[in-house]
Amino acid sequence: MDNVNLTIDGQVVEVPVGSTILEAAQLLGIDIPTLCYHPDQSIKAVCRVCVVEVEGQRVLQPACAYPVAEGMQVRTNTARVREARKTIIELMLAHHPQDCLQCERNLNCELQALAHRLGVREVSFPYVERQLPLDELSPSVIRDPNKCINCRRCVSVCHDIQGVGILDSVNRGFDTVVSAPFWRSLIELSCVNCGQCILVCPVGAIKEKDDTEIVWAALADPTKHVVVQTAPAIRVSIGEELDLPPGTRVTKKLTTALRRLGFDRVFDTDFSADLTILEEGSELLERLSAGGILPMITSCSPGWIKFIEHYYPDLLGHLSTCKSPQQMFGALTKTYYAEKAGIDPEDIVMVSIMPCTAKKFEANRPEMTDSGFVDVDVVLTTRELGRMLREAGIDFAELPEEEYDAPLGISTGAGAIFGASGGVMEAALRTVYELVTGTELENLDFEDVRGLEGIKSAVVKLPLKEAAAAQEVAADNPQTLEVKVAVAHSLKHARVLLEQIRSGEADFQFLEVMCCPGGCIGGGGQPIPTTNGERMERIVAIYEEDKGMPLRKSHDNPAVQTLYEEFLGKPLGEKSHKLLHTHYQAREKF
Amino acid sequence: MAIAKEQLDSAEKRVLQIVSRYGANEEHLLQILHDVQADDNSLSEAELIQVARAMDIPLSRVYGVATFYSMYSVRPRGKFIIRICESAPCHITGAQSVIRAFEQALGIKMGETTKDRKFTLEYTSCLGVCGVAPAVMINDRVYGNLTPDKVQEVLSACEND
Repeated sequence: MDNVNLTIDGQVVEVPVGSTILEAAQLLGIDIPTLCYHPDQSIKAVCRVCVVEVEGQRVLQPACAYPVAEGMQVRTNTARVREARKTIIELMLAHHPQDCLQCERNLNCELQALAHRLGVREVSFPYVERQLPLDELSPSVIRDPNKCINCRRCVSVCHDIQGVGILDSVNRGFDTVVSAPFWRSLIELSCVNCGQCILVCPVGAIKEKDDTEIVWAALADPTKHVVVQTAPAIRVSIGEELDLPPGTRVTKKLTTALRRLGFDRVFDTDFSADLTILEEGSELLERLSAGGILPMITSCSPGWIKFIEHYYPDLLGHLSTCKSPQQMFGALTKTYYAEKAGIDPEDIVMVSIMPCTAKKFEANRPEMTDSGFVDVDVVLTTRELGRMLREAGIDFAELPEEEYDAPLGISTGAGAIFGASGGVMEAALRTVYELVTGTELENLDFEDVRGLEGIKSAVVKLPLKEAAAAQEVAADNPQTLEVKVAVAHSLKHARVLLEQIRSGEADFQFLEVMCCPGGCIGGGGQPIPTTNGERMERIVAIYEEDKGMPLRKSHDNPAVQTLYEEFLGKPLGEKSHKLLHTHYQAREKF
Repeated sequence: MAIAKEQLDSAEKRVLQIVSRYGANEEHLLQILHDVQADDNSLSEAELIQVARAMDIPLSRVYGVATFYSMYSVRPRGKFIIRICESAPCHITGAQSVIRAFEQALGIKMGETTKDRKFTLEYTSCLGVCGVAPAVMINDRVYGNLTPDKVQEVLSACEND
């Protein structure tokens, strides 16, 4: 028998064996309150907010963890249950700073929402201030442990999903709190700055470093030429910051909004994503034909880069030397664009809007100054841009639609899909196919590498054109070049493939790794909440974006073609090497 | 990380020896931490880093375990750890005055360590010797029927140990 029947609040429901009371109640439309529970994580059952009465059990039981049984009688709405839940919230509030009005999570805080929903009107316990030190040193992630309610969601995502494990529960009893070892700052540890902990924090204990003031100041300075680039993932997520449903495509409203904020040029990281494909695709073909280090691994995701530097420094040679699209963009803005527009690069402020907290760290890396200036001056997350738009009173939903500025705002669908896991791979395959075969690719959609599956793979057969450069790698069959590719997102999945590379078992030549689950659309700078539910909506939107573009292959981007003709010469050429490629450094794990 | 290489190097050999005695399996972590702590009654950052490296578990987890159990300390402690029972039977038979006498004799407060790193004062829950309350445990030895007058005698016994 695979199903059981149970009764919850007088209603009978049939659910599969192994379901929890929480899941069974959801089917009946009973919304049991939760706090430590997270739909993408394993069950922790530490907060006890979801307690219910189970007949035959002396004490209240947590609905999130309690498995259903045949004939079970559950009550979720008795006086005893309501009282217990209220007391639990009161105990948390007695240990939580009372500064909701000034907190960045005000109106988007799960503790606040629960206190409201459960009718907590007074706290019966005296407030005990903790006075724990803040960690504000990181350019990416800021922590205020005084606000921590010990739900352990950040611990779960850091250990179980990212496989990094910087944060954990320390001390015991009343002194328990989530911290880094020895109260070190995140910048002293092998934290990769992914910000996934921010996305799962129910309160304001973890947040991004807010750089909006720097941007407001630049926009108000008439001597500055303020240029903005928007990452692929922003166009399908910024709407959520402004109360639109997850996955709403707002590309052309975003451009209007940025102009109204006062940016002098509104450009698109999709442009440099296309450029990345030409550089990285050429690099792959060169490695294939010249016997370079394989598999080659993508290098767009700065959380991923810091991860491999700390945890797999022996594999750094596998990384593509391409800078991320953000950094390519910055380097070109202060050289190519400055020259073309006749503006002193000293007066340009390069702002990027990213779904990512690690991008803030990346822009701060000392080597990212190949233009002769800091290539990218300020990085704002999707959330920070949302904050600026709300403060400016921009009625986003009602905005007219406008195009990006030329030339660095011109892009293709291949650039857009960089925002989803598998997108860089798919974009690269579209271009590599045509470069190698000299024929047009009929079906542009590489479905195998799309979606939320943790590790994806595909085999692509490339019929060689006569005298193809890469002929010797397929010596046994000179008519076809077979490329095996793999895609991983979230660092725990990346580890699996890295171990294969280390042991020599890797059966692929090209690997895409994105640090965050789902890729950039699920990045640590994205609107809260970002669960796999929102991720799926944004993924659908980004492939629609691709489908709707007149050009869908990076090498067809006319602005990129012009850039090579006017400025760079050819992919992997001298100027490309100076401006668009980089190097990596081994870092300590602890 | 801002920790001196010499400290890491000096902890490395001893930690590796201890870990190899038990094996790097996570289930041995508690025993390994006990042995690492045995030299000076505390777990230094360098020692925990070496444990994490040798066992390939996150440093945060090792630190979490080391701060959860009261028998471990990540702060420097003395050669002698004086654990004073804070349970009810000791309390009503005068543990408070014994505590004050220890604090006075050593010039430190509960939870602190003397400058010469000889003595640390800590609370403990019931030692199970309520028949001789109030009681303290100093390292592995129990002293019962204490009064403020006997504190100096107990401390001298440690000194001569």
